[in-house]
Amino acid sequence: MYDFNRRRVLRGMLGGGAVTVGLPLLNAYLNGNGDAMADGRPMPVRFGTWYWALGIAKAAFVPNKFGAGYDMKPEMEALKPVQQHFNVLTNYTAFRDNAPNLCHFSGWVISRTGTAPMTGGNIPGETVDVTIANQIGRTTRYKMLTASADGNARDTFSYDNPTTPNASEVSGLKFYSRLFGPDFQDPNAPTFTPSPKVMVRKSAISGVLDDVKDLEKSVGADDKARLDQYFTGLRHLEKQFDQQLTKPEPIAACKKPGNLKEDTKVGSDVTIIASRHKIITDLMVMAVACDQTRVFNMSYGGNSATKAGFEKPSHTATHEEPWDTALDYQPTCSWFTRRAMENWAYYVKSFAEFKEGAGSLLDNCFIMANSDHGLARIHALDGMALFTAGRAGGKVKSGLHIDGGATATTRLGYTAMRIMGLDVPSWGTKSNLTSKEIGEILA
Amino acid sequence: MSSKVRFSSLLRGSAIGLVAAFALASCSGPAGSDGAKTAAAKQVAAVAEPASSGAEPRLRLITRDQYLNTLAYVFGADVRPDVEFAPVERVDGLLRLGTSRAGVNDTQLELYQKTAQFVAAQVIEPTRRNFVITCKPANEKAADAACASQVLNRVGRLMFRRPLEKDKLAELVSHANSSADKLGDFYAGLAVAIEEVLMSPKAMLIAETAEPDPKNPGHMRLDGYSLASRLSYFLWDAAPDEALLKAAETGEIQTEKGRAKIVDMMIASPRLKDGLRAFFDDMYDFEKMTTLAKDALVYPAFTGLTAEDAREQTLRTVVDHLITKKGDYRDLYTTRTTFLSPPLAALYQLPTTKGWIEYQFPDSSPRAGVLTHISFLASHSHPGRSSPTLRGKALRELLLCQPVPRPPANVDFSALENPKSEHKTQRDRVNFHLENPVCAGCHRITDPIGLAMENFDGSGRYRTSERGATIDASGNLDGKQYTNVVGLAAALHDHPSLTSCLVKRVYAYGTGSQTTNDDAEMLKFLNARFEQAGYRVPDLLRTVALSKSFSEFKEAAPAAGEAKTASAVPATH
Repeated sequence: MYDFNRRRVLRGMLGGGAVTVGLPLLNAYLNGNGDAMADGRPMPVRFGTWYWALGIAKAAFVPNKFGAGYDMKPEMEALKPVQQHFNVLTNYTAFRDNAPNLCHFSGWVISRTGTAPMTGGNIPGETVDVTIANQIGRTTRYKMLTASADGNARDTFSYDNPTTPNASEVSGLKFYSRLFGPDFQDPNAPTFTPSPKVMVRKSAISGVLDDVKDLEKSVGADDKARLDQYFTGLRHLEKQFDQQLTKPEPIAACKKPGNLKEDTKVGSDVTIIASRHKIITDLMVMAVACDQTRVFNMSYGGNSATKAGFEKPSHTATHEEPWDTALDYQPTCSWFTRRAMENWAYYVKSFAEFKEGAGSLLDNCFIMANSDHGLARIHALDGMALFTAGRAGGKVKSGLHIDGGATATTRLGYTAMRIMGLDVPSWGTKSNLTSKEIGEILA
Repeated sequence: MSSKVRFSSLLRGSAIGLVAAFALASCSGPAGSDGAKTAAAKQVAAVAEPASSGAEPRLRLITRDQYLNTLAYVFGADVRPDVEFAPVERVDGLLRLGTSRAGVNDTQLELYQKTAQFVAAQVIEPTRRNFVITCKPANEKAADAACASQVLNRVGRLMFRRPLEKDKLAELVSHANSSADKLGDFYAGLAVAIEEVLMSPKAMLIAETAEPDPKNPGHMRLDGYSLASRLSYFLWDAAPDEALLKAAETGEIQTEKGRAKIVDMMIASPRLKDGLRAFFDDMYDFEKMTTLAKDALVYPAFTGLTAEDAREQTLRTVVDHLITKKGDYRDLYTTRTTFLSPPLAALYQLPTTKGWIEYQFPDSSPRAGVLTHISFLASHSHPGRSSPTLRGKALRELLLCQPVPRPPANVDFSALENPKSEHKTQRDRVNFHLENPVCAGCHRITDPIGLAMENFDGSGRYRTSERGATIDASGNLDGKQYTNVVGLAAALHDHPSLTSCLVKRVYAYGTGSQTTNDDAEMLKFLNARFEQAGYRVPDLLRTVALSKSFSEFKEAAPAAGEAKTASAVPATH
């Protein structure tokens, strides 16, 4: 079938010199049709997140009906075309217990880490995407990918630990180059030529690993943990080199996108954010389809989004726009939320319309989406809305509206972990501790 | 909703006003007459530096600029990869302090590898290779251990900031040789070994090492190489050069005379401007300028290039005023001398320039000092309008080291319901805050300052009116009244916290440690010396760099004969 098989490649590399190459796990590869793994097992379920800022306005967002076929209020209107692909979960709470309500921070931190932060900027621990990536992300080129349409690398909701944020990709060109630049191995390329440079590069990593061990002899416990993290990163790099030295199995759905002509624009206008969101989403979808990663984070952001000619950014508007008593919400703030939902709709649609095997890429994904607040105007941590999208390989139903009954937002993260195969009896701390999945959405 | 809290209940339960007042009082420092201050300074200066509180040993993650500055020295100025490192946490007003906590994950390692690959490829390019590779291999298509050893010894020493151990050098040469043989190219093999150096935690993390202090039995100090690094990153924002490493190697850097000679050399060097730019870029929170954008409909003249040049304008002014002219730090906030570029000239409503030029605002101009630079005015505004609150908060926090409390989370803003049509100016609007006691606690700290800058819109452009109403830019800064921003600048110039804040930031930046109560005497000493030196920043840098606290450790020395390094936890590998 191919000019090379993996062992032939390894035997033949570097003129037959004595080399040792770790063989990547077979289960990292998909079969030729792209509808199952090479060893016949079902397609992997991938995990994604999506984030939008400033919550929702209940009167404009929360459907009156529950279950399937629910009604859609104005803030959700853009989601109508993809209604069958997602679930909307309303009336959830991020419990802060004795911790302060840190505006625009506590809500998402609780939802993503399970614990209320005590001070601003203090992330209590790893975020749920990292927990899942540590379980399912070790066989792909990237353990996880993180990106933001907000234009700021600091706009991230993914942390390896309290001091290691996963900085967001914000440049379309740089993201493209990282994913599909010279180091990308097209799984469907007719030929495969392993690079001798990669082989020698890989062997040089052993020297760097020794440097880590040497440094660890002279530092305290906290810094040793940082060096351990460095060590782990180097190991992952070694694995990336291994993969570059191995002919990948074809993936029918994977098609390297054409070169981007220009970079994403700088700016906070909603149209610019949407443009960045589209470019980065399209790249992310193909990265997942090409099995470059199985965990992916995307942030729409929107906290500082602006509307042309309107002097206040969205966050300021939540505090200063008058409450329209007839509508029962702030009209411009709601306008901003509607723009966010348009982007969520695009995100869901992009995965849903991407064919993978007999179904769609979204069929084999589980994506959770959350915000920082319920009603942002008062920094509410109750009345929060969440989403899921995708069927997770048949484990999840979609098209439903679920009432959370004021229970913890952490139930969504816990549900995600269970769906992704993590054997965890519970997740979260204090009032956010949960061992209760959102059972209504499980198939 | 359950989280909705009425003002009355907030007032009962909130001490925000008191918190704010305390924050101010605790950060302002003692204020007194100039005469009294001078006398106090003389008294302190007459005595020696107080007993050292010492600094913590640090494992700092190298910043992007430190990395680039080091590459420029080691490999040549044209080796400059287009790279952004992951953001670090801002601690006590400085990103630099966050580098002691920041971790390095898979994604960053991947970035380091890609960058190392790019740099190594540049280094061995035929047109560039003579800069670093000063020997010729016997055969360009094969390994050459002697030449590789010569190059790697120098590169490794400079990137690791200390001599390579023999085993490490041998291992690097071995990698270079085996790679050269396999690739059939000496230079390609050398590049692989250079990549290894660049990816090493010994290059990317700055590890400080301690040794017993022979002049102070029972105490530890930085070893010579660690001291060279601390000085170099402090003053040059780069790894130590050959001269510093030589001084560490000979022990000269550990002698009083030798260290003074080295510090004076560093302060006299053109590279000081890199260090000073890095410090002020950090202290002024200019990182945000990289993503600063304005509503194009409201401020069509403000582009990405404007933001970039605005940052550059202020940094050029800082360097010119503090280094070239050896000016008084306080005058940075009143000086009318600055620099302009074509995009800035448009916003400053001045004739366009050809490239960067030095420019003097006339005495009649409302522009005086950094507060009236576009960098400050635009970065502390909203995308579509100015913000007295953000500007006032920035002045308090960045320039006076006075943290402004966070707003309460559950305030019911319905009582503030909105700018009414008769509220034409920002003053009218923010007065809403001041009418409400819960909001007033903090807004009294920020808004009267910010309102003095209202003659500049959200892009920093001058204006005299807003929506047809004349702007009133009067106010007061901690009791000093003024009628406009030039008056605010004068009040800031004389504010005692302006200089003490800089001293605090410089000391923390240099030692890599957040200041604590233990440092009070040291800061008092540094403040007195700074005043005595006429608030010349290079003198402050010199005092800090030569202080015992800069190089001594907090912890006690180990028992005699026990070798100890950094945090001194026993090896586990």
